Amino acid sequence: MREKELEKLKDYKYGFSTDIENFKAPKGLNEDVIKFISNIKKEPKWLLDWRLKAYNRVKVLKEPNWQKPKYPKIDYQDLYYYSAPKSFKDKPKSLDELDPKLIETYNKLGIPLNEQKRLNGIAVDAVFDSVSVATTFKDTLTEKGIIFCSISEAIQKHPDLVKKYLGSVIPITDHYFATLNSAVFTDGSFVYIPPGVRCPMELSTYFRINASDTGQFERTLIIADKGSYVSYLEGCTAPMRDENQLHAANVELIALDDAEIKYSTVQNWYPGDKDGKGGIYNFVTKRGLCKGKNSKISWTQVETGSAITWKYPSCILQGDNSVGEFYSIAITNNHQKADTGTKMIHLGKNTKSKIISKGISAGFSDMTYRGLVDISPKSENSSNYTQCDSLLMGNKCGAHTIPYIKNKNSNSNIAHEATTSKISDEQLHYCQQRGLNSEEAVSLIVNGFCKEVLQQLPMEFAVEAQKLVGISLEGSVG
Amino acid sequence: MQNFKTDFEKTLKESNLSEKEIAFKNLNAKEFSKQGFPNRKDEDWKFSDINQIIKKEIGELKFYTGQSKEINIDEDVLLSEIKHNKLIFVNGQLAQTDFSSEEKSKIEFLDNKNDTEDQSVENSLINLNNALANKSYKLLVKKNYQIKNPLIIYHVSNNKVASQNINLKINFEIEENSSLKLIDLVKDKGNKNFINIFYNFSLEKNSVLKNYKIDQFENNNIRYMFNNIEQSSNSVSETFYLSKGSTFSKNEVKCDLKGEYSSAFVNGIFSLDKDKHHEIKAKINHLVENTKSYQLVKSVLENKSRSVYQGKIYVDSKAQKTDGYQLSKAILVDETTEFNAKPELEIYADDVKCSHGSASGSLDENSIFYLMSRGLSYKEARELLINGFLVEVINQITDEPIKKLIKNLYGLKNEY
Repeated sequence: MREKELEKLKDYKYGFSTDIENFKAPKGLNEDVIKFISNIKKEPKWLLDWRLKAYNRVKVLKEPNWQKPKYPKIDYQDLYYYSAPKSFKDKPKSLDELDPKLIETYNKLGIPLNEQKRLNGIAVDAVFDSVSVATTFKDTLTEKGIIFCSISEAIQKHPDLVKKYLGSVIPITDHYFATLNSAVFTDGSFVYIPPGVRCPMELSTYFRINASDTGQFERTLIIADKGSYVSYLEGCTAPMRDENQLHAANVELIALDDAEIKYSTVQNWYPGDKDGKGGIYNFVTKRGLCKGKNSKISWTQVETGSAITWKYPSCILQGDNSVGEFYSIAITNNHQKADTGTKMIHLGKNTKSKIISKGISAGFSDMTYRGLVDISPKSENSSNYTQCDSLLMGNKCGAHTIPYIKNKNSNSNIAHEATTSKISDEQLHYCQQRGLNSEEAVSLIVNGFCKEVLQQLPMEFAVEAQKLVGISLEGSVG
Repeated sequence: MQNFKTDFEKTLKESNLSEKEIAFKNLNAKEFSKQGFPNRKDEDWKFSDINQIIKKEIGELKFYTGQSKEINIDEDVLLSEIKHNKLIFVNGQLAQTDFSSEEKSKIEFLDNKNDTEDQSVENSLINLNNALANKSYKLLVKKNYQIKNPLIIYHVSNNKVASQNINLKINFEIEENSSLKLIDLVKDKGNKNFINIFYNFSLEKNSVLKNYKIDQFENNNIRYMFNNIEQSSNSVSETFYLSKGSTFSKNEVKCDLKGEYSSAFVNGIFSLDKDKHHEIKAKINHLVENTKSYQLVKSVLENKSRSVYQGKIYVDSKAQKTDGYQLSKAILVDETTEFNAKPELEIYADDVKCSHGSASGSLDENSIFYLMSRGLSYKEARELLINGFLVEVINQITDEPIKKLIKNLYGLKNEY
């Protein structure tokens, strides 16, 4: 039995589950569950009202269905909307009080929560199912006035900031999944960088879905005040389960005057097995608002996991001279499906955006780049450059490019390029001749193909991502 | 839409059709009643909501045409620059056929062919066409015949019709080793009509179709044209659009490359001003190995005009060694204009070469400065740049006399 499990784990090394007693809200989606969540988190009344308002909209909204990857209907009444390790009912005060099993889980994942062990200086907020379990390096950050904590804590301690910005980029009147998240979100990270501060270390959140039948609905809110800078990393894994699990997160970024936010994601949710059974539905809404002048938001994503990835990290370039960037590598293998891309909405003058997207599909998978570039009439002297390249391995998979380009301003330029190709036999032959086996050769070529995006990642992540790119494609040639 | 039901019944009563034909028309009418005109919610009509446009520009549309007895053809509509065969449609009715310069046994034009079979229907406008087109025509080019002179189809409306829906449907069959040169020329004097044209082309082995569509002259009609092209091995289709005159126009072309070594070319020019809104939508389906497609669309937009280009290359998993290319470029001359593009690739085969590009922006100030420093006026410099930009597309035309004709019609000097 154990051997069998180990065998399974070889493919997806984060596939183990942790045996922890869970404390869950009753199954189903209704007002009582929302009140339950709000109550257990001791939320103020305005937030409960806000959640209920969102819930009332969810009831009338329909799930969108224009996406390329279709999925069986999700029964929203058959999900748990809140799940937390039991020992969390009274939140531990410090890391010493954490359930050792949790610490062990994160150690297995390669994210030690003990600060002493962390040498590379990344502050981590770890989210386990519905709750944030630990945030490291708090003191160092507090000295600078940086707030980095779970959003539940922020609601208690910094209600003004939360009230001001929550829902300002993704309002409760948005699409189905975003609104659902607004109604039932459980935890997530909150970051506030005060004016003029350059965050001294990378901030990072690690998401893990553990319990079965749960949806994870986390909400992240990052505010970079005037002249500040922050680099934020996000990683995700989940145990291997036969059923599909829903992950519908909302991420809101707000950059004020001269501020810069760099948001990187390495998404490695469980992709399902070789036959496409199980895996995470990753339906995430990520949106950044360049609110102030000269602000900048940059998204970098490496998407290798999930059964279905369906997300479009977007930038609303409202402030004059603001900049939006999007760098993406998306890899699908076996029966994975992805429909991902970005939206760049230019509203301010002299705004610039750049999109580099690399899609790789292998096996029976299907990959779609879908993006929007919209330059409004008032957005003078704006420009966009888009490049999306696709690489196909085998003729059972698909690669699609669907860009929407809207130019309504004569002083603005939009340029778009896309190519689709395969790894040529000459390239493979050349590498193999020099002693690489075919998988190493493919990995090398693919890494070269992705280089422009990998370069954008912070050092520690880049190494991990590079390995991930290799692993995701294992067995796809030959 | 209330008009539609009564007008349809009236039209049906006056025609003498077989039961089968009536059933076919009824089926299509029912479908159209159910769907109505396409609107923005339909992904294919996202950028051009024809339902709204008809409402705004025409208001209440009349679907009943009736049969007028005499049709006058104004001599000034005919082109004299080039020797050609003629098909003249006035207000949607066939007024004249002339194939006198061709071998009689090789070209056949039938006007009693009615479809009763459902073609793959793309949208409700095709249903509308099937339901109301009083006749559908068929042109047959027989084996081993190269047409000597181009065929010009005149689409004429006179000032007697207004707010009218005009439907026309023609099937073309080009048999093995034959070729057809076809020019569609729009000459409208009618007021605010909705013209709905549906062409079906079937290209046999080694056949060639050259199709040029010219909407050059100012008119205030709403126009939709759908070209369905099915290609067998080694066939070539070339489609060119000059999209300029109508208030609204949407040209849709769908090419199925079903035979090996077949190829499709779609080129287009938008030259728009005064609130005009035009669209070209091209879908090329590469279904077998070794097929090729090429699309080039350029826009020059002035004065509140707007152009849309939706191009799609679909490559089936069987269609290895496909070569597909798409390029769209736009110059937005002033700030009231808008360019929308959706160049799509949908690819299921790995050994392919597919790419697309899209660029849009203003006229290059440096180039204007360069030309002005050499003595041209601002106006001349601008004109030179715009014409140079557009002429690249016209130069793709492979038929020399027709290329010359189109340059002439567009008002370009031959030096370009």
